[in-house]
Amino acid sequence: MVGLKKSEFISFSDLDEVVYLLKNISEFDLTGYSKSSLKRRIERFLSMEKMDLVDLKSAILNIDGFENYFIQELMVNVTEMFRDPQFFRQLKAKTFPYLQTYPQLRIWSAGCATGEEAYSLAILLKENNLLNRSFIYGTDVSLKALDFARKGVYPLAKIKSYTDNFNKAGLASEFSSHYTAMYDAAIINNEYRNKILFSTHNLVSDHVFNEFQLILCRNVMIYFDKELQEHVLQLFYESLALFGFLCLGSKESLYGHAIKDRFKVIDSNLNIYQKVK
Amino acid sequence: MKGKKDNIVLIGGSAGSLLLITEILENLPARLDYALCIIIHRSSTFSSEIEKSLSIKLNRPVIAITDKTPIKNGIIYFAPPGYHILIDPPGTFALDSSEHVNYAKPSIDVLFESCAQIYGQYCTAFLLSGANADGARGLKAIEEFGGKTFIQNPSDALIETMPISGIQESRLSTILKNQDIIRYFSDNLQLS
Ligand SMILES: C[S@@+](CC[C@H](N)C(=O)[O-])C[C@H]1O[C@@H](n2cnc3c(N)ncnc32)[C@H](O)[C@@H]1O
Repeated sequence: MVGLKKSEFISFSDLDEVVYLLKNISEFDLTGYSKSSLKRRIERFLSMEKMDLVDLKSAILNIDGFENYFIQELMVNVTEMFRDPQFFRQLKAKTFPYLQTYPQLRIWSAGCATGEEAYSLAILLKENNLLNRSFIYGTDVSLKALDFARKGVYPLAKIKSYTDNFNKAGLASEFSSHYTAMYDAAIINNEYRNKILFSTHNLVSDHVFNEFQLILCRNVMIYFDKELQEHVLQLFYESLALFGFLCLGSKESLYGHAIKDRFKVIDSNLNIYQKVK
Repeated sequence: MKGKKDNIVLIGGSAGSLLLITEILENLPARLDYALCIIIHRSSTFSSEIEKSLSIKLNRPVIAITDKTPIKNGIIYFAPPGYHILIDPPGTFALDSSEHVNYAKPSIDVLFESCAQIYGQYCTAFLLSGANADGARGLKAIEEFGGKTFIQNPSDALIETMPISGIQESRLSTILKNQDIIRYFSDNLQLS
């Protein structure tokens, strides 16, 4: 993105107006999103599409299906396999001994983007003989990201950094044993894809859809304000089995949220919590 | 928009800037009437070591920014590696894990541009040594929104690329030698 001149930044009231329009004509309510990030994403969208605010508002109102495209472009889908390798180490060390006692495991990767987090989990479960009793739900609002996730095909160019992460996560196998390389792509093994269902779920407006022993929602709520975070945490609380685990991103925590009292801190650095009441 | 009581000072640096930053911090007066936010390019594996050791060394709180950290006068903040930092009105840090900007995450431009729009004339920024052009556009935005900008004299910088691109992009920046930068902070020179 090239640098913006002062006149090319949109104002916070322009932002509010766009959010309001979207909310009125679609099911997308971005009211609770972090203002500065969202504003920057809209500016990026306008410069990529060579549109101005007037064009944008008119497109939202007049072009059928525009809002779906627009929303997907606003979402940040950046992710990695084994993002924060230490997290996967501690997840295994601190939650698997307990999760092992369940005959069946339902796991939710909320805001899964292009699926790397869900596949990383599947690989970790497999290596600890838990995959056969597990089922993973990967959900997101971005249809484009979910399509990508379902394919489970990643550019080989990314595999090097994914392998670095993998090697730091303390697994015994070779990362290359979990995918097949073809031309310039890595195709994740079928056994993992069969254990994950990718589908749409909007954390803002959709409800509880199952009961889980483990929920991961990492680097999603950083885009929400405190109030919306509160709402989403309540949704996770209601979706968790008693003694189920909730994992947040490396810079997020339950600290400062009333719901914290219902959780036990399992790892305060890596933000792993257990529902205890 | 912020009022007079809410000044913020930003220091952006990359390769070769940490020594000067440490010196600035060691010479800070006990009381700061502004929030000080430091953003440097560093790798994720370096993690939170800088904040912890500085906090002990300086015997004052040095905070690694996390999700929705409130911005308070008198506090020193560091941007964590691996996330862009923006500022949400009325005054909290917001994290964003979107694409790298200028090959950097955190990007100095992203923070400077966001801060310019919230703090206007109450934003002051310094751009120090570094090997890429990050920060230059951000300085320009701060100028355009009425803030003050300073650049380390390239001849004092261990790596001059970043100061030079800052000078090229921003017209109004004051160029300072290292000891003047340190003195600016130690003597609490005119912050708005
Ligand atoms: C930065 S990615 C995080 C991916 C992964 N969890 C990780 O940590 O690497 C954030 C994801 O949250 C999704 N998201 C944003 N708002 C959402 C909402 N209201 N409901 C569900 N997903 C949402 C975005 O589409 C995006 O794919």
